[in-house]
Amino acid sequence: MNFAGAGTLFRKEILRFWKVAVQTVAAPVLTAVLYLMIFGHVLEGRVEVYPGVGYTSFLIPGLVMMSVLQNAFANSSSSLIQSKVTGNLVFLLVTPLSHWAWFAAYVGASVVRGLVVGAGVFVVTVWFAPLHLAEPWWLVVFAALGAGMMGSLGLVAGLWAEKFDQTAAFQNFIIMPMTFLSGVFYSVHSLPDVWQWVSHLNPFFYMVDGFRRGFFGVSDASPWLSLAIVGASFAVVAAITLRLLAIGYKLRT
Amino acid sequence: MPAVRFQNVSKVYSGARGPLRALDGVSFDIEEGEFFGLLGPNGAGKTTLISVLAGLARASGGSVTVMGHDVVTEYAAARRSLGIVPQELVFDPFFSVRETLRIQSGYFGVRHNEAWIDELLAALGLADKAGANMRQLSGGMKRRVLVAQALVHRPPVIVLDEPTAGVDVELRQTLWQFISRLNQQGHTVLLTTHYLEEAEALCGRIAMLKQGRVVALDRTSALLAGTASTMLRFKTDAPLPPAVAAAARITGRIVQVKARDAAEVEALLATLRAAGVKVEDLEIGRADLEDVFLEIMRGPST
Repeated sequence: MNFAGAGTLFRKEILRFWKVAVQTVAAPVLTAVLYLMIFGHVLEGRVEVYPGVGYTSFLIPGLVMMSVLQNAFANSSSSLIQSKVTGNLVFLLVTPLSHWAWFAAYVGASVVRGLVVGAGVFVVTVWFAPLHLAEPWWLVVFAALGAGMMGSLGLVAGLWAEKFDQTAAFQNFIIMPMTFLSGVFYSVHSLPDVWQWVSHLNPFFYMVDGFRRGFFGVSDASPWLSLAIVGASFAVVAAITLRLLAIGYKLRT
Repeated sequence: MPAVRFQNVSKVYSGARGPLRALDGVSFDIEEGEFFGLLGPNGAGKTTLISVLAGLARASGGSVTVMGHDVVTEYAAARRSLGIVPQELVFDPFFSVRETLRIQSGYFGVRHNEAWIDELLAALGLADKAGANMRQLSGGMKRRVLVAQALVHRPPVIVLDEPTAGVDVELRQTLWQFISRLNQQGHTVLLTTHYLEEAEALCGRIAMLKQGRVVALDRTSALLAGTASTMLRFKTDAPLPPAVAAAARITGRIVQVKARDAAEVEALLATLRAAGVKVEDLEIGRADLEDVFLEIMRGPST
């Protein structure tokens, strides 16, 4: 494999979002802080999800993970659709880079963007409520796997879309509802049975739940079950993405 | 081994009104070190052929090799041998000129390429723009960066798809001097252009495409010699008699009419005189590539 080439594309993708970090990093951090201030203010003291854990403390890991996921998706999908619409994707299409290189570079950069934004949200919100790291390895595992899956899904969306509003629709009608309904703001145990059941079909639920486990040492589902489901979801999405890249879906006519 | 080999290449696009055959059994070789012209009217299939060569499009049939490497099964080796200057003026607005070139070099796995990048910047008159963002450049400057990008990995085969469309005279001169130098150093050059005088001046051999087929393929000199006709050129403000107008190539006030021999020149002038057409700057010259081109394109398509 052309590692130098893949490394260049990876660095280029990181530079791309870093050069507009106000929009790609600072803005999502601010959004998460606003969620925290509003929901925390309204619900602190009224809801106790886990014994001894205040609502704001419960909310922070959810917001961090939500930011990781949404930004990982946004990075690959927006980069690809921008290159397609402006036409500069041709510079990449004429290179010897393989579909593995494309995948590794785009998904890798998406993971970095997701983790940078997640870290930013954490650094800003951690002052609002007491938190400690009970099982930190789960944080790393779920953040990285979740971001990887979303970066890969972003590639699929970017490949499929032909216009900016199509990636926006993907984001607004699929990614946003699935992240909001994944238990970021509540424990699924507080839901009626039917909705609990529905939530358990949502792979994002396992990402957020597994991530939260890293802070509190307790979770709605077993972290191993979550790991299996998130890992399998990533594998499926990655396989689809690699296939689409290999056949040049909507890239090579 | 030819630098580029097209073998029975066909390309069918599925359109709303049935399949569209953009390329129909195109076969020819471009030898190493040639300066080769690919000509044809809009929609003849030139860009499709170059897209197949570059891997931007996939052929429906046939095969293409670059320096002996198949563009599908050995795409990495084929693309390393190829530098493409695209027709559209595209750029990545996030980066400066130098960053753009470093990135493009990196994609090909070429590191520590600063010396060559500096040479390209100097040769294309971009040295003082190296740090400028791509957005700040004029159209002509962006075009130069496209050329530099195509050459950054030192490909043996260079493809220029209408590189001088909308480019000022000075840049055209700079560009052709540079490309000619590369050609003299052994690079193979494939050029498509609408400026036939450029093709005539630069290309040793020419293929003409029409409706997806090769309708002419020969040395430029042989193509020119093949139409041993003379051209009658003059300027006039008066409307031409229908018989003359039908055969003439008219550019504003300038009229060019083909004549096989002196007798035909005589007859033409007589017709004009009889119609009361006053002509200025009359001259008789040899046919140029544009005349050859028009004659071939007017002919039957197969």
